[in-house]
Amino acid sequence: MTKFTTRLPLIGIGVFAVLLLVVAPAVLSEHWISNLGKYCCLAIAAVGIGLAWGRGGMLVMGQGVFFGLGAYAMAMHLTLETAGPGALPGFMILYDPLAPLPAFWEPFRSEVFTLVAIVLLPVIVSAILGYALFKRRVKGAYFAILTQALAVALAVLISSTIRETGGDTGLSNFKYFFGYVLNDEANKLMVYLIAAALLVVCLLAVWQFNRSRFGELLVATRDAEERVRFLGYDPANIKLFAFVVAAVMASIGGAMFVPIVGIITPQEIGASASILMIAGVALGGRASLFGPALGAMAIGWGQSSLGSSWPEGWIYILGLIFIFVILFLPMGLSSLFDRAKGLIRRSSDEPGPATPELREVVK
Amino acid sequence: MSVPDASLVVSDLHVQFGAFVAVHDVSFDAHPGEVRFLIGPNGAGKTTCIDAITGLSKGTGTARFGDKELLGSPAQKIVRLGVGRTFQTASVFAQLSVLQNLDIAAGLRRSPVSLLRARRGVDASVERALEETGLGTVRDLPAGMLSHGQKQWLEIGMLLVQDAKVLLLDEPVAGMSQDERTATGELLGRVAANRVVVVVEHDMDFMRSFATRVTVLHQGRVLSEGSVAEIQADPRVQEVYLGTAGALSGALAPGAEEVD
Repeated sequence: MTKFTTRLPLIGIGVFAVLLLVVAPAVLSEHWISNLGKYCCLAIAAVGIGLAWGRGGMLVMGQGVFFGLGAYAMAMHLTLETAGPGALPGFMILYDPLAPLPAFWEPFRSEVFTLVAIVLLPVIVSAILGYALFKRRVKGAYFAILTQALAVALAVLISSTIRETGGDTGLSNFKYFFGYVLNDEANKLMVYLIAAALLVVCLLAVWQFNRSRFGELLVATRDAEERVRFLGYDPANIKLFAFVVAAVMASIGGAMFVPIVGIITPQEIGASASILMIAGVALGGRASLFGPALGAMAIGWGQSSLGSSWPEGWIYILGLIFIFVILFLPMGLSSLFDRAKGLIRRSSDEPGPATPELREVVK
Repeated sequence: MSVPDASLVVSDLHVQFGAFVAVHDVSFDAHPGEVRFLIGPNGAGKTTCIDAITGLSKGTGTARFGDKELLGSPAQKIVRLGVGRTFQTASVFAQLSVLQNLDIAAGLRRSPVSLLRARRGVDASVERALEETGLGTVRDLPAGMLSHGQKQWLEIGMLLVQDAKVLLLDEPVAGMSQDERTATGELLGRVAANRVVVVVEHDMDFMRSFATRVTVLHQGRVLSEGSVAEIQADPRVQEVYLGTAGALSGALAPGAEEVD
């Protein structure tokens, strides 16, 4: 029994993987595959938020920054690939056909550099930011506001540098993805499959973190940071590690978002986008394994179906869902699952003491 | 009995919060083999002494464990030198099981990479601590479900697992039943055989039963020091404690708050 319950999350990930990688491509239309791919990207970022916020207690309100780093790294590469070797991106020619390519664009011609940057850029930024904040014991609302402000700052920076980054119009019209023509159905499916597979990998990574000693330590730090300090650990390092992992996941999500959606703008990485990422995680259940991913996918789905057909209504529905979840299910929809399990357990062994805890004491 | 290089020697410890002097040139020492008590009325600076020694508050003077100076290091470094503490309110990780709590305490000797692996089996040090503290029967219970006394024992168990050579215990028996107090006292006696144990306490009965040596603090200064009999006979101590005859006979406001 215990063996089964410890394996349960792994079985869940397996089922999820089959649904995403086998069932979905067989059943869904090209349009919905592309949508599902987008939700997968948001879910990848959400899985990281689940680790940092749900397990680590850090309310990361500015994951758009890291999502944006990955997205823009990928978008710059795809833009240059589309333009062709040695050529300027289309939007730059529009402003000044003779201007040289900005220096920070140049390395993104390289595929390898781009892939490395997608992982290393968020590591560097989040490590510096996290080190400064956690060593100074910045936490709670202050931490949340700071990260949020950073997301705003990055979005404003990109908006205001239209010549270098495309500004509010963003980067779009990508034709190739690492040599593959993006307008091809099979290649679109391939890009989707990469995103879905990355989501499964991220879930596996977080599953391993949660069951490891590090996972226990992270929860301990969330619940009693000072106590952890008096066990000889530096809580700042523990939080830093979770924060960096979350940043990398957000960046990977952002990077895959670009070839699937075909456009990246500052809007997708700013304050409201960052909050929407948090919303999905809160809805699904921040401390659970599947909650963040499924919540993010649900919000993504709501956004693209209701949000486009009935935009005024969608924002109210979203608000109502939020109020409902915070009032009645503070640990998200996934806590319904745990409650149901508890009820079943209680009714199945009526004779003994009512709760598992009491049974444990009696034993 | 006392081994000098494993002793805790505090001299001229001075802790100040703004203009308020909480601890004024306090000196005391503690050696393995004795259960050392710090007592005093509310606001005497007992907990502040512990805070300064463990890096929670800033203090001047010296606090040496063996040949290592403790003052001025960050809290987690001091722990790694072998100095552990508990808090007035038992602070265990409520969501984790007793076993996980103890296992985390064993972690400071592990490499960072091994932290990424899941726990397989139970460390010998964790087994020993479970046995020593009598928590073996509740090892899989979430620590939040434990009784108050069990939580305090779990904290002491965590100190044993982290192999602390100096145990600074802040009111370990506050809120405990008489039986639990006796059990705690006996546990401390066993633990103290090869470790430095310093107990901050309000409870006079507990002090009388288990203290080897006592330092009485009053308004941030050392008032008296000696065996239980000696400090009980000290008229200054009697004056501070309850002011009249019968001093030290009753428990002094158990659970009363201390200056943080």
